[in-house]
Amino acid sequence: MSHVSMKVNGKEVGGEVEGRTLLVDFLREDLKMTGTHVGCDTSQCGACVVHVDGKAVKACTIFALEAEGAEVTTIEGMANADGSLGVVQAAFQEHHGLQCGFCTPGMVMAGAALLKENPKPSEAEIRQYLEGNICRCTGYHNIVKAIMAASGQDVEPPAVAAE
Amino acid sequence: MYAFEMERPQTIADAVAALKDEDAQALGGGQTLIPTLKQRLAMPSKLVSLHGIAQMKGVCTDDDGRICIGGATTHQQVSESAGDYPALAWLASRIGDPAVRNRGTIGGSLANNDPSACYPAAALGSGAVIVTDNREIAADDYFQGMFTTALNEGEIITEVKFPVPSHAAYMKFIQPASRFPLVAVFVAKFDDGVRVAITGASEEGVFRWGEAESALSGNFAPEAVDGLSVDPSGMIGDLHGTKEYRAHLVGVMTKRAVKAAAAGETGVSSAH
Ligand SMILES: Cc1cc2nc3c(=O)[nH]c(=O)nc-3n(C[C@H](O)[C@H](O)[C@H](O)COP(=O)(O)OP(=O)(O)OC[C@H]3O[C@@H](n4cnc5c(N)ncnc54)[C@H](O)[C@@H]3O)c2cc1C
Ligand code: FES
Ligand code: FES
Repeated sequence: MSHVSMKVNGKEVGGEVEGRTLLVDFLREDLKMTGTHVGCDTSQCGACVVHVDGKAVKACTIFALEAEGAEVTTIEGMANADGSLGVVQAAFQEHHGLQCGFCTPGMVMAGAALLKENPKPSEAEIRQYLEGNICRCTGYHNIVKAIMAASGQDVEPPAVAAE
Repeated sequence: MYAFEMERPQTIADAVAALKDEDAQALGGGQTLIPTLKQRLAMPSKLVSLHGIAQMKGVCTDDDGRICIGGATTHQQVSESAGDYPALAWLASRIGDPAVRNRGTIGGSLANNDPSACYPAAALGSGAVIVTDNREIAADDYFQGMFTTALNEGEIITEVKFPVPSHAAYMKFIQPASRFPLVAVFVAKFDDGVRVAITGASEEGVFRWGEAESALSGNFAPEAVDGLSVDPSGMIGDLHGTKEYRAHLVGVMTKRAVKAAAAGETGVSSAH
């Protein structure tokens, strides 16, 4: 076992890990932060996306020891200080960007990474950026719309169910 | 995953020393190796992470005008910093997805030599030089068949040097589930001739299409490839496409790459 320390959502954390411990397992099992999901074994689904030193990374495809000294942001770090939903999260809720919610942590983290690089992305740019994030439920349209809305661009208002 | 130790050296010399141990293996970005370890298809006793070696990161231009890329440089960094070789930067910008590009490295891609990977096409198509901790290997001698290269046990790719052609383009026909190419073609026109490298198609891995190169060196236009074809018998055939389909795509994508390169464009990725 080796000691690893890093900053997760602004807080210094540490623990004893094996060489093979994945960052996602350190987050979920050791830190009990289960917001980051694991949807596959093949590095293809993107449910586990977190930010490591500001960059979108699949937490299932990086060892905890490789994040030594890094600043890690997870879905738990996306809410505002008062606990209300952050901009991207709120847009997902408003525009029905989720159904079962399994892909959502990765989608929100990928969306937030995109908006940091490109504050006003086009629809095509959003779709291209989300290539590595798979959703079995929504059909993607509302996810794209939510990220558009989170960037402050006009989108059609969400459909309202009949009273 | 089987258990292993992890070492994180800061210099090439320390990494080479750490890799002398039996069953030690280099870890680049882990975007291929970690899924492989999860499936227990590899069983190293020790992983030597190259991530902390500053000497192996970055993009620069040498005195001969070649673009030199450190072996541990991520696809994302190449896409941002190799602007003097636009087709190469474009190729890097379309590997996998953003999270893969933020970790995966050029050294890892070339060491792995997946028969469908993108970088092998750029390296072979440009006539690049693969620099390791102890020698320089011409791309023509480096690729030795699917997942097989000239690298020795424990040898690491420290740098890759790309001569810059006057015109080049990469045409990637995507296999949408894996995001790897189903077939992709890298075409590069130099003053002394044209190189055409094909990935995703052959059971032997990346290869140069000599017939097309000769025809295009005389006339750098899509029509020059008319009537030429590759033999389907050596092509990959699987549920994504038959041997004949891949052989056909080689011709189609080569023409498109020539058309794009001649028009000064860098590449296009397309799907079914
Ligand atoms: C979802 C997904 C989509 C992808 N899509 C594409 C795609 O479209 N096109 C494409 O080309 N690739 C694609 N890839 C693969 C990706 O480009 C990998 O980054 C690359 O194949 C391996 O690089 P790595 O740095 O991650 O190496 P690792 O996974 O760390 O290592 C791979 C192999 O190379 C060895 N190695 C690593 N670095 C070195 C070095 N410097 N010197 C010597 N040996 C070394 C390792 O020991 C190992 O055997 C994809 C991967 C994923 C997960
Ligand atoms: S869990 Fe599927 S990509 Fe990480
Ligand atoms: S909401 Fe169910 S997988 Fe995306």
